[in-house]
Amino acid sequence: MTDNNVTSGVSRRGFLKGLGVGTVATGLIPSVAPETEAAEQRPALRGPGEIPITLKINGQNRQLNVEPRVTLLDALRNRLDLTGAKKVCDRGTCGACTVMVDGQPVYSCSMLAVEAEGRMITTVEGLGTPTQMTAVQKAFVKHDAQQCGFCTPGFVMACTAFLSSHPNPTLEEARAGLGGNLCRCGTYAGIMEAVLEAAKKGGA
Amino acid sequence: MKAFEYATPSTLDEATAQLASSWGETEVLAGGTDLVTALKQEITSPKRVVSLKNISALKGIKASANSVNVGAMTTLAELAADKAIKEHFPSLVTAVHNIGSQQIISVGTVGGDLCQRPRCWYFRNGYGILAKQGDASLVPDGDNRYHAIFGNDGPAKFVSASSLGPALIALGASIKVAGPKRKTRTVPAGEFFRAPKADNERETVLLPNEIVTDIQIPIRGLKNATYEVRHRFGLDWPYVAAAVAFQNKGGTVSDVRVVLGHVAPAPWASSGAAKALDGAKVDDVSAAKAGQAATQGAKPLSGNGYKVQMVRTAVKRAILAAAGAA
Ligand SMILES: Cc1cc2nc3c(=O)[nH]c(=O)nc-3n(C[C@@H](O)[C@@H](O)[C@H](O)COP(=O)(O)OP(=O)(O)OC[C@H]3O[C@@H](n4cnc5c(N)ncnc54)[C@H](O)[C@@H]3O)c2cc1C
Ligand code: FES
Ligand code: FES
Repeated sequence: MTDNNVTSGVSRRGFLKGLGVGTVATGLIPSVAPETEAAEQRPALRGPGEIPITLKINGQNRQLNVEPRVTLLDALRNRLDLTGAKKVCDRGTCGACTVMVDGQPVYSCSMLAVEAEGRMITTVEGLGTPTQMTAVQKAFVKHDAQQCGFCTPGFVMACTAFLSSHPNPTLEEARAGLGGNLCRCGTYAGIMEAVLEAAKKGGA
Repeated sequence: MKAFEYATPSTLDEATAQLASSWGETEVLAGGTDLVTALKQEITSPKRVVSLKNISALKGIKASANSVNVGAMTTLAELAADKAIKEHFPSLVTAVHNIGSQQIISVGTVGGDLCQRPRCWYFRNGYGILAKQGDASLVPDGDNRYHAIFGNDGPAKFVSASSLGPALIALGASIKVAGPKRKTRTVPAGEFFRAPKADNERETVLLPNEIVTDIQIPIRGLKNATYEVRHRFGLDWPYVAAAVAFQNKGGTVSDVRVVLGHVAPAPWASSGAAKALDGAKVDDVSAAKAGQAATQGAKPLSGNGYKVQMVRTAVKRAILAAAGAA
């Protein structure tokens, strides 16, 4: 958008400047009365600066301040030191950043952190531990379902979510169902073996 | 990505009041699978993002004897798993399954699918919806392998990206829209999409402060199917899609609609293909004839002639699938 985008004779830049000092009353964007914000616990309008939010991650409430523009992935990695979810494409086309939100698989690079407030977030750190791995994690190790390993946390989350909605998949279903994740090293054969075995061993 | 205010209205009234009346000042956020990337790419840099997540009126699917009503915030996965949708509208189920990524369909919404912005790489790289450098479109002499082969003689050369659009048009669905001051209107799906003529226009008839609230799909016993030709399943859009719907009673076909996706700036209803099939019995020959008719008027650009053959095949296969003959 440029300044050619004139609204009511006020240029965009002028309009936004005007908003900043609260002078332009074009009524395009109704200003929110401060009382409303104070009255509610969660004001209906926040930002653009940092705002305090609480994210429920792996069963724990984590408080942090983020600008509304921060993605869930950046909040996890850069603010909360949960670096299991990886940033590869940063635009919803590879799956490396997959986490679960309310049990559903989600590209955390394509969800704003503020949008995940009040929901249950599970990252790969919330699955098993090296001594107590989940069925999916064990199967990944057993079938050597990784090479460089960079796609692996995302794939493990995607497989876990997939098995919760498809407890007994065929190979075809697993292939189609995991189509939202890419592996540059091409370890798909091992991943398919792993997901089918994990399904037999009771899934997630 | 530029900074923005974040609004979480809990009613449609609040939400529409928080939207500006010119494009670009504010944006609506549903699942974010398209918008968050567009914000990162600074295709749009709104001052405010209005999230629909708390508006419960936009959620859920309601089926009656005559129609199925789908709330705009229904996820694509919920749509494809719904009993009534599966029973009556396999064309929608296929369209969702072909998207292929569980992460996209479990977050992406029906409203967002209809309103997603085009994938044209000139647009995505900052040249605007008309892909212009100066006064000229970059598309005719550029890399136009994914661009339009129909309806491309105006300034818009991109293709509509929506997978649900063609199927909803073929099924005769209508799209309900809410604007400020509780004004609502109902737009036939076939009139919802349009080719923009200027850089500050968008690809649908929505006004900047309107929100898609729900989609009404009539249950009319139409046979229906979607067939897509894709480079790969998952993490991509089709090259070409065909959605068809028709009555098939007593072995003859009537009430035919054939709508193509990814070939024009809006879903492309092919009346030629519909006419070719009307009154026929569905078989390889009549389906192929309709496929041939669907290519009439195609004007491929320098790099996308391959789409013409895909149209022929997609229409034929969609017809056969709808009739249960594939
Ligand atoms: C890798 C990849 C592959 C994809 N493949 C396909 C595909 O094959 N077919 C396909 O159709 N799509 C595909 N998509 C697009 C996918 O983003 C949409 O299908 C999804 O449904 C968008 O929904 P959303 O809720 O996430 O929308 P958002 O990203 O939240 O919004 C998208 C746009 O719609 C507007 N909007 C959203 N809801 C409303 C509403 N209720 N009223 C008014 N405006 C609204 C937003 O302002 C925004 O401009 C793909 C996406 C990715 C990243
Ligand atoms: S980093 Fe999120 S999908 Fe690639
Ligand atoms: S193991 Fe290297 S990208 Fe998958």
